Amino acid sequence: MSGPVDDSGASPYPLPLRLVESLGRIGVDAVQAIGRFGRFLLEAVTLTFVPPFKVARFVDRVHFIGFRSLTIVILTGSFTGMVLGLQVFLTLSRFGSEAYLGPAVALSLIRELGPVLCAVFVTGLAGSALTAEIGIMKITEQIDALTVMALSPTRYLVVPAIVAGLITFPLMTAIFDVVGIFGGYLVGVELLGLSQGTYFGEMQTFVDWQDLMTGFWKSLSFGILVPWVCTYKGFHCGHGAEGVARATTEAVVLSSVLILVWDYFLGSVLP
Amino acid sequence: MIRVADLSKTFGRQAVLRGLTLEVATGEIMVVIGRSGGGKSVLLKHMIGLLHPDAGTITVDGTEITRLRGSELDGVRERYGVVFQGGALFDSMSVFDNVAFPLRERKRRAGVGEILDRVEEKLAQVGLTGMGHKNPAEISGGMRKRVAIARALVTEPEIVFFDEPTTGLDPILVNTIHHLIVELHRKFRFTAVMVSHEIPEIFQIADRVAMLHEGVIVETGAADAIQGSANPIVQQFIRGDVEAAGRVS
Repeated sequence: MSGPVDDSGASPYPLPLRLVESLGRIGVDAVQAIGRFGRFLLEAVTLTFVPPFKVARFVDRVHFIGFRSLTIVILTGSFTGMVLGLQVFLTLSRFGSEAYLGPAVALSLIRELGPVLCAVFVTGLAGSALTAEIGIMKITEQIDALTVMALSPTRYLVVPAIVAGLITFPLMTAIFDVVGIFGGYLVGVELLGLSQGTYFGEMQTFVDWQDLMTGFWKSLSFGILVPWVCTYKGFHCGHGAEGVARATTEAVVLSSVLILVWDYFLGSVLP
Repeated sequence: MIRVADLSKTFGRQAVLRGLTLEVATGEIMVVIGRSGGGKSVLLKHMIGLLHPDAGTITVDGTEITRLRGSELDGVRERYGVVFQGGALFDSMSVFDNVAFPLRERKRRAGVGEILDRVEEKLAQVGLTGMGHKNPAEISGGMRKRVAIARALVTEPEIVFFDEPTTGLDPILVNTIHHLIVELHRKFRFTAVMVSHEIPEIFQIADRVAMLHEGVIVETGAADAIQGSANPIVQQFIRGDVEAAGRVS
C-alpha cells in the first residue's frame, strides 16, 4: 500500500503528494487495525461454541473479574447513590417535588449510572489486570508456549474472559444499583427526612420492567466490550515492561471511551 | 527429517533470513550457532510455526509446514516439544501443573493416575523430585530451565526444539543442562534442534553443528569438522575474536 521508496528510505514524491500518501497510510493502518480487532472477537465468539470448553478457566475468570471487583463495586455504588440522593433531593426541593427522589435515584442508576460506572470501575480494576496478565504472558513467551502445545491461546485466554464478563457485568451492575438505591435512601430518608414509603412507593410507580431491561442490555454489552478490548490489548502489546504498561493504559482508556460511546448509542436506540 | 529450503524473512527493512537452507536428520542433535541477533531464534520460530516466511519452505517428514494453518499445523505441533529461552513457564501454576499441563490439555487426555506418574517420572529425570508443589517464581533459573525441559518432554515428542536453553546460567549449570539433554536424548531418541552460542560446550553434545551468519548457514558439519573449519567466519565466532569481527562481518 505504501508508495515507491528509494534506498535512502525517503519517499520520492513531492510534499503535497507525500501528505496524501501519509494520510492514505494512516487510513489503511486504521482499517487494518479495526479489521484485526473485529477478527479477534469473531474468533473468540466462534470458539465459545466449539468444544473443548475450559470450564475451570471460566470459573477462575468469574472470580478474577467478578469477585475481586465486588468491594469496589459496593463502595462506589453506595457513594454514587448517596451523592445522587443528596444532589437530587436539593434540586427537587426547589420545586417542592422531593417525593420524586426515589424514582429519580433509581432511574438514574438503573438506566444509566449503574451499567456505565460499574463497567468503568471494573475496567480500571479487573480489565487493566487482564491486559497486564496477558501482556506479561506474551512477552515471556507463555502465549507462544500455548500455541506450540497445539492449544489455542484465544480459547484459553479470551473466551473464558468474555463469557465471564457476560455473567459478571450484569450481576455486578445489579449489585451496584441495589447498593446505590440504598445509598440514596440513607441520605434522602435517614438524613434529610423524606418518608420511607414515599421513597420506595414512588420508585415502584415509576420504574418499570423496560428500565430494568435497558440497564441489563447495557451491562451485558459492556460485559463483552471490556474483556474484548482488554484481552486484545494484552495480546497485541509491545516489547518489555514499557509495552505492557502502554497496553494497559490503552486498554483502560479505549474501554472507557467505548463504554461511553456505546452507552450513548444504546441509550438512543433502546426504549 | 526436517528440511529448510531457501528460507527468507524480512522485518520492516531488515532482512533477517536470506535464503537459508538446512537439513536436520531424524534422531540427531543439530545445534545452530551464530552471533546474537543473527536470526537463530527467528529460524527456530519458523520451524515451530510461530512465524511464516516471506519465501522458502520447511518440510517435516515430507509435510510442508509453511503452507499449513490452524488444526493442520496443530497436528504437526503435537509431535513437537519446545524449550523456550526463558522457560515460558505459566506463573499462575505450580511446577507440577506446568509439567502436567500438556497432558491435561491434549485432545487425547490422559487419566489422573497416568498424569501423576508421568509428571513425577519427568521431574525425577530432570532432578526435581519433590519440587512439584513450588511455584516457578520460587525456584532458581537453572531449575526453571529443567522444569521447561520436563514440560517439553512429558508428551514424549518426536522433535524437540531448544531455544538457548542455557542462557544466563553459570558454567556448572550449563554443563548440567547439556548432560541432561544428552541423557534424555539417548533415552528417548528424539530429534533435537538447538539454538545456542555456548562455545565450546555445545561441541560435546552436538551430532552436527550449523553456523548461521547474516541470514544464511555458512557451514554445516560434525562438531569436530566445525571446530577445525577453515572458514574465517566460523573460526572468528568459535574463538570470539573481536579483531576478526570487523574483517568478516
